[in-house]
Amino acid sequence: MKTSHIIVLVVIAIAAAIIVTTFDSASTYVNFQTAREYAQEGNKNDIHVVGQLTKNESGEIQGLEYNPTQDPNITFLMVTDSTNQTERVTLLKPKPTDIEKTEKIVLNGHYEGDNFIAKDLLMKCPSKYNETEIKE
Amino acid sequence: MREYIGDVGHLGVLVGFVSALLASISYIFAHYTSNEQDKLGWKKFGRVLIFIHAGSIFTIIYSLFHIIQNHYYEYHYAWNHSSNFLPAEFMISCFWEGQEGSFLLWTFWHVIISLILLKTAKGMEAPVFAIFFAVQTFLVSMILGIVIFDFRIGSSPFILLKEAMYDQQIFLTNPDFIPADGTGLNPLLQNYWMVIHPPTLFLGFALTVVPFAYCIGGLWIGNYKDWIKPSMPWTLIGGVILGTGILMGGYWAYETLNFGGYWNWDPVENAVYIPWLTLIASFHTLALFKKNGTGLKFSIILVVITFILILYSTFLTRSGILGESSVHSFTDLGLSGQLLIYLLFFIAISIAIIGYRWNQLDEKAVKTTIYTNEFWVFVGMSIICIAAFQVFFGTSLPVINKIGSLKLAPPSEQALFYSKFQIWGGILITAFGALGQYLWWNQFDKDNTALRLRQFSITFLSIAIIAICIIALVHSNYNYFQRTFLGLQKDTNTFKSLIDFIITLTSYILLLAFSVFSLFTSGLVLKRLYKHNRDKIGGAITHIGVALMLIGILFSSAYDKIISVNFSGMVYAKEAPLDFNTENVLLWRNTPAKMVDYSLIYKGPRLSSPEIDGFLNKDRLIPISDDGRYLITEIALHNNDGTLIKDVGDTVEVYPENTYFEVLYKGDNGEEFSLYPRAQKNESMGLIASPDTRHFLTHDLYSFISYYDDISLTEEEKWRESANYEIAEKDTIFINDYIGVLDSVRLTKRIPGAPEINTSTGIMAFFSFYGKDQVHTAQPSIVITKENTPLSRAEIVEELGLRISMNNIDVQKGKFHFTADTTQLGYIILKVVKKPLINVLWFGTIILIIGFIVSIVRRFKEE
Repeated sequence: MKTSHIIVLVVIAIAAAIIVTTFDSASTYVNFQTAREYAQEGNKNDIHVVGQLTKNESGEIQGLEYNPTQDPNITFLMVTDSTNQTERVTLLKPKPTDIEKTEKIVLNGHYEGDNFIAKDLLMKCPSKYNETEIKE
Repeated sequence: MREYIGDVGHLGVLVGFVSALLASISYIFAHYTSNEQDKLGWKKFGRVLIFIHAGSIFTIIYSLFHIIQNHYYEYHYAWNHSSNFLPAEFMISCFWEGQEGSFLLWTFWHVIISLILLKTAKGMEAPVFAIFFAVQTFLVSMILGIVIFDFRIGSSPFILLKEAMYDQQIFLTNPDFIPADGTGLNPLLQNYWMVIHPPTLFLGFALTVVPFAYCIGGLWIGNYKDWIKPSMPWTLIGGVILGTGILMGGYWAYETLNFGGYWNWDPVENAVYIPWLTLIASFHTLALFKKNGTGLKFSIILVVITFILILYSTFLTRSGILGESSVHSFTDLGLSGQLLIYLLFFIAISIAIIGYRWNQLDEKAVKTTIYTNEFWVFVGMSIICIAAFQVFFGTSLPVINKIGSLKLAPPSEQALFYSKFQIWGGILITAFGALGQYLWWNQFDKDNTALRLRQFSITFLSIAIIAICIIALVHSNYNYFQRTFLGLQKDTNTFKSLIDFIITLTSYILLLAFSVFSLFTSGLVLKRLYKHNRDKIGGAITHIGVALMLIGILFSSAYDKIISVNFSGMVYAKEAPLDFNTENVLLWRNTPAKMVDYSLIYKGPRLSSPEIDGFLNKDRLIPISDDGRYLITEIALHNNDGTLIKDVGDTVEVYPENTYFEVLYKGDNGEEFSLYPRAQKNESMGLIASPDTRHFLTHDLYSFISYYDDISLTEEEKWRESANYEIAEKDTIFINDYIGVLDSVRLTKRIPGAPEINTSTGIMAFFSFYGKDQVHTAQPSIVITKENTPLSRAEIVEELGLRISMNNIDVQKGKFHFTADTTQLGYIILKVVKKPLINVLWFGTIILIIGFIVSIVRRFKEE
């Protein structure tokens, strides 16, 4: 076997390893229930929960608390997932400034006991770049 | 002109599309015709079409600029991407903020390149232009905006607002409605770097099509080698332009965005990083083929893959497929199907032509002994490809989700997932680069091989030992910092975390050692070439730049320190886990707060003005209109030479969206400076924070506002605890912790903000408030109008959280009534990060660009 063939084989082997590790380290999009079960099985890794801020009938955001004079590094929010389960989430960040405008949020975190602790939060504002209304 | 400029533009698009298509076809005929006369005829026809095409693209660009520049808001593009008060330089950015405009920018670069190629392509004119204009046809189709059988092809930038938003109520009642103002440019893009970053990046995109067209064109006509020489300088230019574009984006992110760095491994960044890697690899193998005659197949694959990856990145970022995996938001124009066809078409063509010619490609076998440069270049380029593949696969997860109906999310530690793999790529590439470079110019001969290898080993070992010491020192210092100030304990108790720790540290040491080693070998090569072969020094310079960049990246990202630590002794919320990094600190206005190495004082909000350099104290200004005109209430503004710029009572124009927060840094070593991190309040996007950075030789101090006090409070909610006072001149009052003295009360003819003063009587009270280390003044006033109604104007002393107003005058007793309201003092939440050696990264980047330019000059001379 020629050396060049060995190199090609090594490259292919590494590529295969990359595919496996990528699938292995990929997180998943889940709901709160699955995230809870995941943590109860002893997994401490973060997963992604997709949901939206909980609102009451008149469309007001519920349970969004940020008290910078007490702790600038923590925000509490109520998030409802796709199965309509609502959870109080502890976000380890200052309140994202335009969070009130988001339609959908992706939490990156895990359960510690009964608390969902989110290390990060991704916001999707569909109107961000595309105006949908004409103001006179 | 206003009514038909859109039609002119649209006509340009149609002509541009048809001319590109016909140019491609006529060059195909030019190749397949055997009759020399006809061949020439087809070529001439093709050339005419290229000029028609260029003319039509220029027409489109002119039309769109005209629409934006003149605020023709009946056009959707102008309305959606620009506004009346946008500074001139950003009007250019409006042009490519939208997808249509950015496609147009890309098309524009293609046109410029095609005009240059007309001169240089010579014998390969027909095949190159046939491919080139096939690419261009697809690109122009993205802005066609026509509907055929319910299938919409392209999105036109010339669509009218009433067509784009036909369902709006306003158009039902008034079809001729034209908005008075546009919705403006995304404030994040209102930055100098964002004016030049997109054109650079798209030029980089456009340049990759040249080697591709040469390569596929060459294979198609059965000419396997002649395409290499002319395409080499284009590959190099593509490499430097694309690389510069990427780094500009990184620098923009560092200056403007608040994620705290220049690179975030976001899919959008990855999408251009991947083809850049393969582009660099393709240049190396092309150069190798030219020198030794080996590696033709590898070169072909890399050149083609690079172009395909550019199309793939376009597909990823513009089809909306990235969805939840990216922090960037994209507007989905419904072009995903069309983009996919574009991508698949060129994949199919490439596979067909390469497959057809594969067995006819002859190349010399690679000498696989470690004493040849070929071996090192091949292994090095394979490593680049593997590194590219890792990012490619990770970034493609959303595509895999789509194909396999999966629900995979990006790794939760996305940056770490990529960086801990890429660092090994970096280590190996620098290692092979260091040796390969040396071997490229100094082939070992049999006699001195042993000696050279011994010399190199000893050099490397000494460098490695120094690297171990440096990293050990820096790392223990860093750990000490983390433990002491952030309370973070590195968990090395379990076996797995210990292994992790060792691997990480080893990778840092090796990256540092090989980068320095690469500096050494490149230095040797540079020295030798500089004497004998001066125009070939580009490669050595580039490698020095890369090594410096890697050193800068290593230290600035692995050892950045958050120094905004809570020293107040205040216990934060209990819900936070113990190992949680408290990165943000609360700063009360005018209250010094201690942080690592510095003491900080938040001085208050500031505004900037187009009329005056520097910052204006927001508390000394009163807004008088919606368009950013403010009245100066106190303290006249002077030039350095003492001449008056603005007097009290004058109006000044400011940028009302931007508030800067002056933070005074007092270093433990005695230095003092202020930083002005910015918060932009934008109607459509809410609050956007931009950092302010202090550059030192050895590090940067990077700071930004995470939150500030009056984001949501209205004036009524803000003020509380009113107290009333009835006092005479020279009396003293106590408010909060401050003593206030009513120094005097005078009749006045001039009260800021009350122009009707001339017809009435005004009284102004002069207060002095004695704060901790400063005396603040306040002049509340009252005006008795002709109708005998008193008009009171309150004064706000933001530094004290105080609002005082005069309510009434008791002339007989000589007493005055005041109301004082107080509010919580202003505050900001700040994050400050120290980034070591980041300037080495930027310095390395400049060296890299210089190296590229030297190489480009050389390759053009050769041609």
